[in-house]
Amino acid sequence: MFRNQYDTDVTTWSPAGRLFQVEYAMEAVKQGSAAIGLRSKTHVVLASVNKANSELSSHQKKIFKVDDHIGVAIAGLTADGRVLSRYMRSECINYSYSYESKLPVGRLVVQLADKAQVCTQRSWKRPYGVGLLVGGLDESGAHLYYNCPSGNYFEYQAFAMGSRSQAAKTYMERKFETFTESSRENLVKDALFALRETLQGEKLTSSICTVAVVGVGESFHILDKETVQALINEFEIAGEEEAPANEAAPQDQGGDAQAGAADQGPTDQGVAPMDI
Amino acid sequence: MPIQQANWSPYDNNGGTCVAIAGADYCVIAADTRMSTGYNILTRDYSKIIQLADKSVMASSGFQADVRALQKVLEARHLVYQHQHNKQMSCPAMAQLLSNTLYYKRFFPYYSFNVLGGLDSEGKGCVFTYDAVGSYERVGYSSQGSGSTLIMPFLDNQLKSPSPLLLPAKDAVTPLSESEAADLVKTCFASATERDIYTGDKLEILVLNAEGIRREYMELRKD
Repeated sequence: MFRNQYDTDVTTWSPAGRLFQVEYAMEAVKQGSAAIGLRSKTHVVLASVNKANSELSSHQKKIFKVDDHIGVAIAGLTADGRVLSRYMRSECINYSYSYESKLPVGRLVVQLADKAQVCTQRSWKRPYGVGLLVGGLDESGAHLYYNCPSGNYFEYQAFAMGSRSQAAKTYMERKFETFTESSRENLVKDALFALRETLQGEKLTSSICTVAVVGVGESFHILDKETVQALINEFEIAGEEEAPANEAAPQDQGGDAQAGAADQGPTDQGVAPMDI
Repeated sequence: MPIQQANWSPYDNNGGTCVAIAGADYCVIAADTRMSTGYNILTRDYSKIIQLADKSVMASSGFQADVRALQKVLEARHLVYQHQHNKQMSCPAMAQLLSNTLYYKRFFPYYSFNVLGGLDSEGKGCVFTYDAVGSYERVGYSSQGSGSTLIMPFLDNQLKSPSPLLLPAKDAVTPLSESEAADLVKTCFASATERDIYTGDKLEILVLNAEGIRREYMELRKD
């Protein structure tokens, strides 16, 4: 991204028809630590990498319960994410109060998207710098949506956002066709595998990740550390079976690392302090 | 032409009675299930009791439309609390919230006479009793509603500490066991049903203890 004379104001178009402030906001999402989501017909799993600033500090909360049937994972400016989560919770509570039923996920994401759009058309505001993966269950089934700072939203079978999310996307692109009929356990395992891809060789342990599930007969909840570690142990043992896939992957990653070496330096230093 | 006066009231009284008794490690909350208006019965099967949190149960008699509105407000506020504090509200906290919510409508009150029962943070039974605008007190036992004038003196006889001259005067939680307290409640309602036309049909009893919550029903006279 380059600085130019059309990027100071969110209400200034560039001659090419772009709003640079909105695009810069989407960059902020890419700088955050990874978060992924996948869904089957009956369950949605959200997982995120939780890196702490230093050994002495706690890590940021990136997955929030919005209601019994909806949860959200965020990447980017986590402060913006927290505020939007509070808004989502409030909307769910008000809907339940008025209609004594659960707010459909599709309605919530539209409200969220409209809220984001407002910030792209007011000179005294700035776009929210956070991407939201909204996972939930309603009468029409399990849903996973991605809301971005531009005010756009899309529904996904599986999605990843944040730094090194492309690795997770590649993994999920290979396997997504199996997700719809997947069992809950396999869905969680796939989420952990996908999350591991974003760590690029670093060891996956339950202390650096968070996993949450929502499904038929199962309220949205974050899995506790012991459960997650047990699942990680289970599939690292099964790591041998995955060997052929693993051998293919490092070669790709090796190539990427060399090509991206020039980019890696500044990117690593400039990990957005807003989202570790 | 004679002066015309407004004769519409926003309130109605749907009758009914509620009772709660606090024990050492349990709480019994009970209410009848008759809903009336005037001299008519609207239904014999309406619950006046709602579980607001893990350890808080509220029973309310009076105008059931206002009762329902009050319940919804408290439910929504409890959700907000859970999101902010990552835990359930304690019974004393809910008691204060109920009081504040009632006083908020001091100049157009909820026509709702409440008893809140549950376990406090130490696991001991607690009962809070209210008037329509939020004045409340923690007590060992209480009753509200159309049958309360019949039940309260009986509970005073059975449960009140022996000498009112001993200071400080306080309603300790009853030394009765859980089943004894439940039987006492059943006796209260059987008697109230005899003389109060608005109380009867069925009795709903909730017992809250460390294990969780148990619900029981008992038939009452239907006349």
